[in-house]
Amino acid sequence: MNDVKNILLAGVGGQGILLASEVLSEVMMMAGMDVKKNEIHGMSQRGGSVTSHVRYGDKVYSSIIPEGEVDILFSFELLETMRYLPLLREGGRVIVNSLKIAPPSVALGKQEYPADLTEEIARRVPGTTIVNGLDLALEAGNPKTVNTVLLGALSNVLDVDKELWLKALNKMVPAKLLDVNLKAFELGCNA
Amino acid sequence: MEKVLLSGNEAIARGAYEAGVLVASAYPGTPSTEILENVIRYKEIDASWAPNEKVALEVGIGASFGGARALVTMKHVGVNVAADPLFTLSYTGVRGGLVLVVADDPELHSSQNEQDSRNYAKFSKVPMFEPADSQEALEYTRLAFEAGERFDTPMFLRSTTRISHAKSIVRLGERPADIPQPSLVRDAAKLVMLPANARKRHYVVEERLRQMEEWSCSQSFNRIEKGAGKVGVITAGVAYQYVKEVMPDADVLKIGLVYPLPKQLIRDFAASYETLYVVEELDPYMEEQIRAMGIKVIGKDKLPICGELTPGRIQKALFGKESPLEDNSPELPSRPPNMCPGCPHRGVFMELNRAKAYVTGDIGCYTLGFLPPLSAMDTCVCMGASIGNATGISKVVSEEEQRKVVAVIGDSTFLHTGINGLMDMVYNKSASTVIILDNRITAMTGRQENPTSGYMLNEQETYRVDMEQLCRSVGVEHVKVIDPYNIALTRKTIREEMARPETSVIITTRPCVLVPRDNMDKRMPLYVDHDKCTGCKACLRLGCPAISWDEEKKKSNIDKIICVGCKVCQQTCGFSAFIEYGE
Ligand SMILES: Cc1ncc(C[n+]2csc(CCOP(=O)(O)OP(=O)(O)O)c2C)c(N)n1
Ligand code: SF4
Ligand code: SF4
Repeated sequence: MNDVKNILLAGVGGQGILLASEVLSEVMMMAGMDVKKNEIHGMSQRGGSVTSHVRYGDKVYSSIIPEGEVDILFSFELLETMRYLPLLREGGRVIVNSLKIAPPSVALGKQEYPADLTEEIARRVPGTTIVNGLDLALEAGNPKTVNTVLLGALSNVLDVDKELWLKALNKMVPAKLLDVNLKAFELGCNA
Repeated sequence: MEKVLLSGNEAIARGAYEAGVLVASAYPGTPSTEILENVIRYKEIDASWAPNEKVALEVGIGASFGGARALVTMKHVGVNVAADPLFTLSYTGVRGGLVLVVADDPELHSSQNEQDSRNYAKFSKVPMFEPADSQEALEYTRLAFEAGERFDTPMFLRSTTRISHAKSIVRLGERPADIPQPSLVRDAAKLVMLPANARKRHYVVEERLRQMEEWSCSQSFNRIEKGAGKVGVITAGVAYQYVKEVMPDADVLKIGLVYPLPKQLIRDFAASYETLYVVEELDPYMEEQIRAMGIKVIGKDKLPICGELTPGRIQKALFGKESPLEDNSPELPSRPPNMCPGCPHRGVFMELNRAKAYVTGDIGCYTLGFLPPLSAMDTCVCMGASIGNATGISKVVSEEEQRKVVAVIGDSTFLHTGINGLMDMVYNKSASTVIILDNRITAMTGRQENPTSGYMLNEQETYRVDMEQLCRSVGVEHVKVIDPYNIALTRKTIREEMARPETSVIITTRPCVLVPRDNMDKRMPLYVDHDKCTGCKACLRLGCPAISWDEEKKKSNIDKIICVGCKVCQQTCGFSAFIEYGE
């Protein structure tokens, strides 16, 4: 099963992670691969931490990534990146949105948001890609396109024709938001 | 054939469509909810939300007795509610096929227990298919209808969270053109389960199971996959996928029909191996039956019963290989779920906390009122339990303590099984208080319509239950209807009704903020005027996710992107620091 690639998406409920993993899976299916994805709905959606597993290759069995075999940790928030770092395989890489979202204990002033996470992640995983998703999404014209910006950044490290990404976005993004999302994707590619 | 990525739930819905299903009924529950939400897209199927799982199954049974194929779906604990009709349906059998989809939740991602529904198949003598991915979810749904009609039995289809919510590639089929026309047919010996008739049907049930067991030994859904020939594994459902990851060289007997088990096939398979594993999630359900056949296996002596399986957990249990744990950094702040900004439940829990109420709780978004800083829930057992629990506990504690007892329940949960508890409470003269949090929707499971919504699953308008009249009609004299955004009124009403030595009901009327059709009035977000904020932290007791504490400035802040302008925080502030934008 060595040819199966594993991407773990992580972040906070409401960040558009499920849509991002949907687009990613669609792209891989169009590229002719077997694909499985898995995530937990329910409780976690009300602002809790959210993960989505995407696996692709010739033949995929388990839809959850075997522990310690994550090839790419594709993360939408710094603290959540830190949380799932132990699942990364040796030599795996991290693509992370440089955003902090305070969990309740921090918002209530009971705990502190860990300091210097960006540096810590980059130190632990050499070659980490850090993307300022929000700035680029605002540049594209809509703060809600952060997930698309990040997909653009992810597409740079995956060996898939760019056409397929555009095709998937065309298919899955509502028509009136398509242009701004295509722009966001482009900005992510150049980030 | 068209290839698409479908979740297990989408695939089950598609399977029902391709099987020619005419009627679908369900009560929502994670991880089963999306099945019906996808069935409703097929206009050929009459799909509706029932007020609880028992009614859903009874509607399905009626449709089946009329000659239509019927789909009924629920989460694992829903079967507890629907168990009464289920056990006798097993005796009557079906006219049109009836498939009951039950979605288990190993690991309790979103549930109050992790019961293993395969035990229900054996207990109720209803055969059960268990798919291992979306393609099988579709095929087994179709198969279940065919097998059920062939053997004259209702059928279970068991899913789990990791099947229902995982997506994989599926090849689609077609819906048949020639669906038989349902009609009234009288057949008392089969459909009227009085003792004299039912006694005879029990023999039919036993014979049917014997026949199905024999039949299933030669069916391709129970299949052997040859590996290196050294070790054998018997497995089913999602565990099959993990076995293929962890033991790629093993010979595998994959069971598709988990009840009744294909005993002869198992015997023949087992005979070839010195080392034979049974790998299954939750209970040693297959293992116990296989051991009872005198076959030696390795199973739950090593594998965990609690929690879901994963490739890593199987590795560790069977081969002692440590694997990294998710979230093994306890020093990182955790991120539990929270009620939405502006949720109408929030202020009620803040006041219950202040009143030091002993809250018998229930299941819904409001169960999050248990978490700090609201911290106002003392019990939570199952849907509807809050009211009976309040009655019971009031029977045994002192009068002073009785006045602290408050049952809190949502609208959907109240109509599900809470109303019976209220009848008991008022009929047997309990002095407790019940708060019904009526947000007009079944929110926890993703906002499904219910009889308080005024809309059906197909978005058509319909009648709406009048909660106040309903409570009065069962005999409750003291019913107060309040706006939960009005904190002073909420506080006063809760305290008055707690003190009252008779049954009383408080109904809150604000809709869930995530239902656009119920939130048409435009509200502006608020901000905190830092010149007025004294840093007293009173507003933090609300736990609104839009409010955060600025450690440097020692003041509160509001995130205006997510604030919905409910103004509840404004009423917690003694210094008028919360100001509406544009004011
Ligand atoms: C027997 C049973 N069926 C279904 C569920 C899933 N479930 C949990 S809470 C809930 C309903 C919540 O609706 P409501 O009481 O209106 O509260 P809200 O979430 O809207 O605040 C459901 C259906 C369950 N836990 N038990
Ligand atoms: S979904 Fe509705 S009921 Fe649930 S927490 Fe959000 S606002 Fe409250
Ligand atoms: S008005 Fe206050 S309590 Fe309501 S959503 Fe905004 S910040 Fe939260």
